[in-house]
Amino acid sequence: MTEDTKFKRRTRTQDTIRQLKKNKTAMVGLAMLLAIFILCIGAPIFAPHGPYDADLDRGSKPGFWSDDCIPGYYLGTDYLGRDLLSRILYGGRVTLSVGFVALGFALIVGTSMGMSAGYFGGKIDSILMRIVDILFAYPALLLALVIAGTLGRGIDKAMLAIGVVYTPQMARVMRGAVLIIKETEYIEAEHAIGSSTSRIIFKHVLPNSLAPIIVYSTLMLATAILDAAALGFLGVGAQSPSPEWGLSLSIARKYLVTGAWWAATFPGVAILLSVISLNLLGDGLRDALDPRLKGGAKL
Amino acid sequence: MKEYILKRLAMLVIVLLGVSLITFVLVRAAPGDPAVNLLGQHATAEKIEEIREKYHLNDPIYVQYYIWLKMAVKGDFGRSIESREFVTREIMERVPMTLELSLIAMIIASVIGIIAGIISAVHQYSAADYGVMIGALFGISMPVFWLGLMLMFIFSVKLGITPVGGRLTAGMELERITGMYILDSILTLNGTALVDSIKHLILPSVALATIPMATIARMTRSSMLEVLRQDYIRTERAKGLSERAVVYKHAIKNALIPIVTVIGMNIGLLMGGAVLTETIFSLPGLGKYIADAILAYDYPVVQGFTLIFATVFVLVNLATDILYLYIDPRIKYK
Repeated sequence: MTEDTKFKRRTRTQDTIRQLKKNKTAMVGLAMLLAIFILCIGAPIFAPHGPYDADLDRGSKPGFWSDDCIPGYYLGTDYLGRDLLSRILYGGRVTLSVGFVALGFALIVGTSMGMSAGYFGGKIDSILMRIVDILFAYPALLLALVIAGTLGRGIDKAMLAIGVVYTPQMARVMRGAVLIIKETEYIEAEHAIGSSTSRIIFKHVLPNSLAPIIVYSTLMLATAILDAAALGFLGVGAQSPSPEWGLSLSIARKYLVTGAWWAATFPGVAILLSVISLNLLGDGLRDALDPRLKGGAKL
Repeated sequence: MKEYILKRLAMLVIVLLGVSLITFVLVRAAPGDPAVNLLGQHATAEKIEEIREKYHLNDPIYVQYYIWLKMAVKGDFGRSIESREFVTREIMERVPMTLELSLIAMIIASVIGIIAGIISAVHQYSAADYGVMIGALFGISMPVFWLGLMLMFIFSVKLGITPVGGRLTAGMELERITGMYILDSILTLNGTALVDSIKHLILPSVALATIPMATIARMTRSSMLEVLRQDYIRTERAKGLSERAVVYKHAIKNALIPIVTVIGMNIGLLMGGAVLTETIFSLPGLGKYIADAILAYDYPVVQGFTLIFATVFVLVNLATDILYLYIDPRIKYK
């Protein structure tokens, strides 16, 4: 065996994972994110109490930092005496799933739009990009608020509203990526050997445009979660008695003046940690997958 | 360049037509009969029919859209279902409050963001750099409404140095000239009102400024780092110019160009942020107005507000792009 063949062949994915592993901040983000997911998905196992177990006798009690703490209620209770820690764990399932479903919607619709616009060009491109321009004409949260508000209340409406808001961004990212790949020589070669359009799209264009999509998805998920909580906070997303983080904050807000700060503090910390972990991971992924963007600020 | 601006203006018309169509359809697709919404559940069938006739609700939907659009172009969006006031007038009344809040927030965000970004870039990988970057990470990840609540709890409830909300302490008198209370109290030389209105606005402005501040700091840093690596900067250094002069006289000018776009883009973000901050601090501005209208299913308000804001937003974006063109002659738009 010669020296040369000792080099291990690595796929692009393996290469990215190696890059990512070297990036400490990204790994911290990933670890935080996994911890949050495990805790929230496993809420029935980890939560010490039920999220709806109310008892007015133990309403608005502080947590472990105070002598007034009820044993077993580590982060204190809300105004109805429900365990805050349990509600946060269960609430994460709601807030995070709104973010995820919204992102999924934007991914499917947005990338299809961007792919068609970029690949086919011409009239299709003009029409699709005008639709994108129109959707971009609204400030993001305002559009989400109007859509969710007019459709009615509830998390399904919030999911759709946020999904629609992120669709044009996804479409633009995808279109940009496709435009670059379309001009490469190997796509030209595919055309030359008579490959079908669907083969070129699914075997070549799509896999090669995945890098920016993954990076943007991670960063978009971070803002989608913020928006999900904001809609809950404003009253058009999740409805009471859901333990959704934004909604919990909005209710706990009324009890701030009485000094019960914990009920309004910890759901916010949960949102903050989730969003930070995604931003850390997203920045790391960007450095690993897309060296050209390295050090660039998030737009 | 003229060609580019003309082309953009032509596109603007298409985008605005689309925006008006979406806004109209979205609100009309909402559940409930507008006539019933207007009259309440107990209205007689006759009365409902009368209203349907009066407001063209029996006409085909495209006729309704045409009528609505014709009125909208004249600035007439009808009356609010809740207050029975003209939507346009209610919006105009609330503009100064939100404008004042956003301006102060934008000034705080730009000044601190740019300074922090420059320090961070000039001392790359120093403790200050890490401090700024960690701060910026927290900034972009912060739920605005939570930050607002925490600020309110610390400064208003615990320390008692700022009021919990509103624009002026009840009973305080201030002559209304522009509707921006800080400006009005300066114009009328009303010292007490000035201090009071600043106290009321400081927490909401800081809350609203956080996200733009973080994005501006990040953008300034990366833009500055890029500029500092360029040849002309090396030339300046080789010429023996002091580091201070290199950074503050030469690098900064080019580094700040992309920041203009970031500040322009943040206008939309501010509008979303204003909805949340005004709700938390009970400020009677545009953000609270639209949030209340949506919760009350006040459709004329939602339609009018959305259309006006999308228009303003599109115009601001266009203005930013054109401004960008002027300050950076290297950019050529096709």
